[in-house]
Amino acid sequence: MSDRRRNRRLAADAGLSVLAAAFLLPLAWVVLSALDPHADLRVKVPDGITLHNFDAILTDEITFTPLLNSLILCGGATLLTVVCAALAAYPLSRFRSRLNRPFLLSILFATSLPITAIMVPVYALFVQVDLIDTLQGTILFFAASQLPFSIWLMKNFMDGVPKELEEAAWTDGAGSLQSLVRIVLPLMGPGVAVVTVFSFVMMWGNFFVPFMLLLTPDQMPASVSINEFFGNRGMVAYGQLAAFSIVYSTPVILLYVLVARRLRGGFALGGAVKG
Amino acid sequence: MNPRSLARALPVTPALVLLLLFLAGPIAYCAWIAFTDLQLTGQAQSSFVGFENFRTAFRDEEFLNAVWLTLVFTVVSSLLGQNTLGLALASLMQRASKPVRTLTGGIVITAWVLPEVVAGFLLYAFFRKEGTLNALLDLLHLPSQNWLFTLPILAVSFANVWRGTAFSMLVYTAALNEIPKEITEAAEVDGAGGWRRMWHITLPMLRRSIGTNLMLNTLQTLSVFGLIWVMTRGGPGDRSQTLPLFMYEQAFQNSMIGYGTAVALLLLLVGSLFSVVYMRLLRTEV
Repeated sequence: MSDRRRNRRLAADAGLSVLAAAFLLPLAWVVLSALDPHADLRVKVPDGITLHNFDAILTDEITFTPLLNSLILCGGATLLTVVCAALAAYPLSRFRSRLNRPFLLSILFATSLPITAIMVPVYALFVQVDLIDTLQGTILFFAASQLPFSIWLMKNFMDGVPKELEEAAWTDGAGSLQSLVRIVLPLMGPGVAVVTVFSFVMMWGNFFVPFMLLLTPDQMPASVSINEFFGNRGMVAYGQLAAFSIVYSTPVILLYVLVARRLRGGFALGGAVKG
Repeated sequence: MNPRSLARALPVTPALVLLLLFLAGPIAYCAWIAFTDLQLTGQAQSSFVGFENFRTAFRDEEFLNAVWLTLVFTVVSSLLGQNTLGLALASLMQRASKPVRTLTGGIVITAWVLPEVVAGFLLYAFFRKEGTLNALLDLLHLPSQNWLFTLPILAVSFANVWRGTAFSMLVYTAALNEIPKEITEAAEVDGAGGWRRMWHITLPMLRRSIGTNLMLNTLQTLSVFGLIWVMTRGGPGDRSQTLPLFMYEQAFQNSMIGYGTAVALLLLLVGSLFSVVYMRLLRTEV
């Protein structure tokens, strides 16, 4: 390796380290404060290490009920999204039709619409049809809002499964549904995993949708309850807030790592976005 | 349509029904109530008021303030922040050693994967008067201030940069990997320095990725709500109230659903415009 190249690498390492440190600071705060018996708002070495903050928040009211609500809400909506997306992607990927192109273009158009903008009318609509403050209503809306991107991704992954493999099954008289479930989906396991994890992570972190569509505190997922619980109190226990943030964020971080590993590090979101 | 193709299209039905009922429905409804004086409570019947809501909006100083802040928020956090920083990270990563690259990638992506509200809390702590940023400035003997009070829109913009840069980084990393090594090496042999290679070779080859990335960043930034809500609630006063927060306040604090929806419709139109441009960009690529 030439000196020039080595110097350049050192410079790049130094530059990256500075940027990484800047990104790290807020993350360091949450980890250190969660373990600190006297946490405040700045990054500092904890005055001793304690798990008391975790103890204090691991109650039904603060942690378990909201997380369970999140799980039901996001799990249900993800399941619905993935099933509908897989079903819809199959004919789009396998059969030629004049309707494919306009349908895919509308889907692509919908993926980039700002969902935030339609929440006020969705609220008004849900009040009229009595879906407001119901889990099923919120699940249905979540699924619909995530569907365009999921169909798009799923179709792209499905295009990668060679058609010849099914043709044998078709001659044996297998229907579309059978070849989808028995042949295509098992062959695109990583693709299905990406769609599932991506939908779940997006919903798990989403604040605005449940904030608008759910009203009863008992039904609130963690994304909203954290805000109600810690935001509306005069004196905030920062250590506990940090501990809760960690508990609430861990599932999505683990899921992300799982998928990223599976795709050998290079999470192909760039490719997926490009179509 | 013949029965066979009808049967083949059958699996699309569940998705289609969901999309029509819960996405196309609300959009159509949005376009309708934006022209009415629908209110949150009391009023039994709303009536058609034509373009009144839009006329009100363009006379409403708070609305114009929200438009301005949305513009600042988008330009600072998406155009200048996420996009440039994402490209810088991606190109530095091309040259850096593996451990530094992996570590930086991990940290930046963690910020992105965190739930929106958690990101909001972390950046709230960072920018508060008693927070980390001021502690750091004290350490360097630089003047500290209450960022969320003096420069709230910049604080939330930086928060959005912190949270959103990973996406640009991933897009640009993928794009840079596709540039053949021979081209940059040839330029190097010809004596082109780092900046000139960047300007004359890398950037032109990334043109499409830059377009795609800018569109997607902008669309994402236009719909940020939770992050700002957690950090400032749009305040102090209305000094970080972007359009989504303005729309929410009109609809729920002021009970004017019709007016709030008119604002939503404008936001949706701007979004659609970007969306169409984005599809155009994709078409040239596919």
